[in-house]
Amino acid sequence: MTQGDAALLDVNRLSLDFGSPRGRVHALRDVTVSVPKGRIVGVVGESGCGKSTLAFAIIRLLAGNAEVTGGEIVFEGQNLLDLNARQMRALRGQRMSMIFQDPMTALNPIRTIEQQMVDIQYRAPGGQAGKRRHAAEALDRVGIPDPESRLQAYPHQFSGGMRQRICIAMALLVEPALLLADEPTTALDATLEVQIIDLLKDLQRDIGCSVLFVSHHLGTVAELCDDVVVMYAGEVVERGSVRDIFNNPGHPYTQALLQCDPGRIRERTRHLPTIPGNVPNLLGMPRGCIFKDRCPHVFDRCRHERPAHHAIATDGHTASCHLLDQTAEAPA
Amino acid sequence: MWLYLVRRLFLAVAIVVLAVTLLFVMIHAVPGDPAAIILGPRATPELKAALHAKMGLDDPLPVQILTFFADVVRGDMGTDVFTQRPVSRIVLGQLPFTITLILTSIAWAALVAIPLGCYSAIRRNTMIDKVTGVLSVGTIAIPSFVMALYALLIFAVLLKWLPAIGAGQGGLWDAIRHLILPALAVGIGWVGYISRIVRASMLEILGENHVRMARAFGLPERRIVFRYALPLAILPTVTVLGVGMAHLLSAAVFAEVVFARPGIGGLIVTAVNTRNYPIVMGTVLVTTGLFVISTTIADLVNAMLDPRVRESL
Ligand SMILES: Nc1ncnc2c1ncn2[C@@H]1O[C@H](COP(=O)(O)OP(=O)(O)OP(=O)(O)O)[C@@H](O)[C@H]1O
Ligand SMILES: [Mg+2]
Repeated sequence: MTQGDAALLDVNRLSLDFGSPRGRVHALRDVTVSVPKGRIVGVVGESGCGKSTLAFAIIRLLAGNAEVTGGEIVFEGQNLLDLNARQMRALRGQRMSMIFQDPMTALNPIRTIEQQMVDIQYRAPGGQAGKRRHAAEALDRVGIPDPESRLQAYPHQFSGGMRQRICIAMALLVEPALLLADEPTTALDATLEVQIIDLLKDLQRDIGCSVLFVSHHLGTVAELCDDVVVMYAGEVVERGSVRDIFNNPGHPYTQALLQCDPGRIRERTRHLPTIPGNVPNLLGMPRGCIFKDRCPHVFDRCRHERPAHHAIATDGHTASCHLLDQTAEAPA
Repeated sequence: MWLYLVRRLFLAVAIVVLAVTLLFVMIHAVPGDPAAIILGPRATPELKAALHAKMGLDDPLPVQILTFFADVVRGDMGTDVFTQRPVSRIVLGQLPFTITLILTSIAWAALVAIPLGCYSAIRRNTMIDKVTGVLSVGTIAIPSFVMALYALLIFAVLLKWLPAIGAGQGGLWDAIRHLILPALAVGIGWVGYISRIVRASMLEILGENHVRMARAFGLPERRIVFRYALPLAILPTVTVLGVGMAHLLSAAVFAEVVFARPGIGGLIVTAVNTRNYPIVMGTVLVTTGLFVISTTIADLVNAMLDPRVRESL
């Protein structure tokens, strides 16, 4: 990652469990992510690896059975985990906002778009008319035709892509310092995805906010992000700039992910490659490396010892793999 | 909204027509001659024939149904077998007592239950939530006539706070004093029932994605509860209240009998006992109408609250 920029958000060694009838689910373990000012950081990983959990942990809207067991979330110099409910609420919709994974359920079905867009400006000075105009402008910016009259409509009168545009308009209307975007394009089809990504890029440039962009689609991340964090089963396995990650992936999981990306497959095949095996169960975490059961390069040390993050390049590109440990002898 | 209103009213009329036709056919499918039942042991062939002609029982069934509808539309529901007074006058004379009882019961029950259910949902698993949970199940399980009997024994007979029987002789205050115990007995089971429904739907809505989104924008919790969650959580309750009218009517019948209150309840009981066939028919007709009106109102309220409902019919 680039140095020099002061980080807006620093998630340090965050660990988090969900209580469940079958035991504690260790959904995040020692997760460290840094989002510098004005930059877009991508979080990639398979479904269930804890991407949404990370985003909701930052804005502190996790389910009631979640419990942070360690680490800190430093945002603009203060640890969010120390804030009380009122202080946290003051940040939401002001310093940080969020775009949800599923646009079909993210808007209230019985309030008009106008009511909802005016509601989120409740802290802003000025009258109803000004806020209404503000809302119309925001809709116009995300490409909703005829925004003035569309303000009167209800969410069910819009398509999924339109609803996601409305959600983006709302998230950026409050001009946050940090935008959490939780797979904003996963529920949409591919052409819409490109449009939404371009839109996000433009808006981010206008507002100058930082973005934590969650996705399981590498192509989108390559398109949009400056830095990337690769997550696997609740842990960060690799981090670095987009160029580093795509040209010189250090972790066997990242390498496998890149091989499976349909956009990068060169030869003609009848089968899309997949990573053999399944994500480990997060209930009782075994010793050693979390990727050992699916790793093609697994050796003895992986089964006993959890790998630390090792630097691959001096610009902050690191991965948690014993193969990168320069101090140890190479395995036989 | 207007389109919905027109369509929904049209549907209500259709339901009434269907229900009345069914009712008519059912009564006429019962074996036995209504004239013989009405006349009882006095029946001679001449008297029976005369009554047949008067009641139109010799006409073909479709003609009978049409005549019946024509009569009903003109407000003519036949005459009381014993007093010869018009049935419509008798039934409509008793109706206000029953409607007052039902509306009072449902109103106090809803006014208590909705905030209670809301509170239980927001403060779930607290002491208050658990206590109301147990009490609710208790009141739902106890039949309303048992409630009525105990209310009568405790508050009227033992403590003598309130009058035991009748609907009051004069003045609003007297009428209200007579209304309290029956309304208490009829409504109390509904407090438990409605508060449980409100609690369940409130919990569901508060867990939904759009509430999380509202919270992600830092909206005040009060606004989220009252503007975002409650109007949605109330929808199933409104429907249940509308449909619950039938159940309330039967509870009201018991309460009216226990408290010797005038009303449809007492009317039905005596009419059935004396085989006063036109009165039975008239009361059933009116209660069917009440049921259709209450479900229609419930649907209209839902349409006012939920734009998706407005576009559904
Ligand atoms: N409330 C909860 N209670 C128990 N377990 C949970 C809860 N929420 C999430 N989990 C578990 O935590 C893990 C991470 O879930 P999360 O939703 O963060 O995944 P994700 O990476 O966002 O996946 P997707 O790409 O499908 O959105 C999963 O194993 C999930 O089953
Ligand atoms: Mg997710």
